[in-house]
Amino acid sequence: MNGAPRKSAAEYLVFIQDAYKKYGPRPVLDNIDAAVGAGEFCTVVGPSGCGKSTLLRMILGQEQPDSGKLLIDGQEIFLPSPERGIVYQKYSLFPHLTNLENVAAGLGLPLYPLAAALRRGEIRDKALHMLETMKLAEHAHKYPHEISGGQQQRIAIAQALIKSPKILLMDEPFSALDPFSREYIQTVILNLWESYNMTVFLVTHDLNEAVYLGTRVLVLSQYYTDDRPQESPRGSQIVADYALETILSTKIKGTAEFGQMVEQIRHDGFDPKYLKRIDEFNLAHEDSFKTFSENDAGILKNKKSS
Amino acid sequence: MKKKPQFWGIFADPSEFSRYVLPALPFVVLVAAYLAAAFFRNQANPDDKLLPTISKMADAVYRLACVPDERTGGYLLWTDTWASLKRIGLGISLSAVTGLFLGLNIGMLPGFRCLSLNFITFISNIPVLSTLPILFIVFGIDETAKVMLIFLGTFTTITRDINLTVQAVPQEQVIKALTLGASQRGVMYRIILPQIMPRLIENIRLSLGPAWLFLLAAEMIASTDGLGYRIFLVRRYLSMDIIIPYVLWITFIAYAVDFALRKWVVFQYPWYNVQKQ
Repeated sequence: MNGAPRKSAAEYLVFIQDAYKKYGPRPVLDNIDAAVGAGEFCTVVGPSGCGKSTLLRMILGQEQPDSGKLLIDGQEIFLPSPERGIVYQKYSLFPHLTNLENVAAGLGLPLYPLAAALRRGEIRDKALHMLETMKLAEHAHKYPHEISGGQQQRIAIAQALIKSPKILLMDEPFSALDPFSREYIQTVILNLWESYNMTVFLVTHDLNEAVYLGTRVLVLSQYYTDDRPQESPRGSQIVADYALETILSTKIKGTAEFGQMVEQIRHDGFDPKYLKRIDEFNLAHEDSFKTFSENDAGILKNKKSS
Repeated sequence: MKKKPQFWGIFADPSEFSRYVLPALPFVVLVAAYLAAAFFRNQANPDDKLLPTISKMADAVYRLACVPDERTGGYLLWTDTWASLKRIGLGISLSAVTGLFLGLNIGMLPGFRCLSLNFITFISNIPVLSTLPILFIVFGIDETAKVMLIFLGTFTTITRDINLTVQAVPQEQVIKALTLGASQRGVMYRIILPQIMPRLIENIRLSLGPAWLFLLAAEMIASTDGLGYRIFLVRRYLSMDIIIPYVLWITFIAYAVDFALRKWVVFQYPWYNVQKQ
């Protein structure tokens, strides 16, 4: 949907407008507009190097946009904070702590060391309870390197969830896992998303995973055209934005609609030969919007009436 | 099936037996060569100073370790050892602590890195032995100058390596700790510092070599006790029967400390060596 957002910026949990990001001379993100409401399970897909992880890191507060607006709950953010949890593909866990200590870190770190030491027992119990609900209690006293990749990622999720974050960000968390662990952990995360009442952003390169897990999919891609010269470097934009239905069943993966949606996304974002004009993107989600500020004059000279 | 070679080639697979015998072989050869040479020289001249026999060295060690010195009343081997260990222990502890905190701060704080890394790199290139006269002038010829020499000779390397180690910690760990509610100082001292402790111990192991060098140099120039002092003193009388046991004793201490530190890392930081693979 082109034009202004449906609601005011403060009513969205995450609100991004006209955000640009460059790494040196190379533009990564151009004119990102996105509004995401609370409770959404938002998956982000796109070709390699399109800036999916950059977008995620901006929402986390690990990086700032070069220009434009990024609001979480109507507030500007500067650094990562406990309201936004993160699970990376790797390096999420602290290698020098046992799994239990890793999960307990979120309870102990905010306290002064002495206070954390005094409440050691209580913190341990909470962390152990967390591990029990994740069915990982047997691995509590092992180190991360002693368990499998799938178990490590479940520990990493438990570690993030113990803070009950408003937003859980995940950067290709399941990409290094074998198909069986991956399927299992996908159902785990869907159940947790429901019971914790969080908003989830998940970056993935697996379109099936994106469509299966998400309630909304953002397609980020550098394959589009605008009124700039064809060869000029472009950062990625959100070229498609769909609402998805999520049912907690793997059966949905077999349906025709599922396959069509995957194909549609592949067509929208992953085909270098198929370039859509910037004002014709498939921004079908009701919260989707696209504004063109004065800075964007070069991008779109003759705006079509829509 | 053809068996793998025992010894030759890049696919050699020494047997259980050779794994014990081969490491001992160079020692056996060295000792045998010495004994043979000493035997023949002492046969030709019973007062030979250059290659004392084992019994002469045992006598000398007995005199130094078990008979009180006439002048001081102490047991020289032990007083020398204690004096040297105190100096090297103090010096290396000082540089370990300094290197840890300096390296951690340089590695984590870009502002502080900008301020000090270049300076540390510069002073690490000062040939520390050339500053020994300055140290003796400034700190006197007592313990301080010797400890300072060991400190100055080793802390820059430790600092620089800790800095590199800290910077090699994935940024994800820092971000993760912040999302778990750690303060910036908490990230540094409760997440990063424990992760670099084993690396610090490895640094100490590597720095102990130079530390001994600086210790002996300082003791040889201005001291009244210590292992280096004794070696340098008895050199005047060509007392190889004392020098050789002292050198062996120093080597043994250095090896034992290195061994202990290595084992300490294995027991205390079980995650460390796995992490490196």
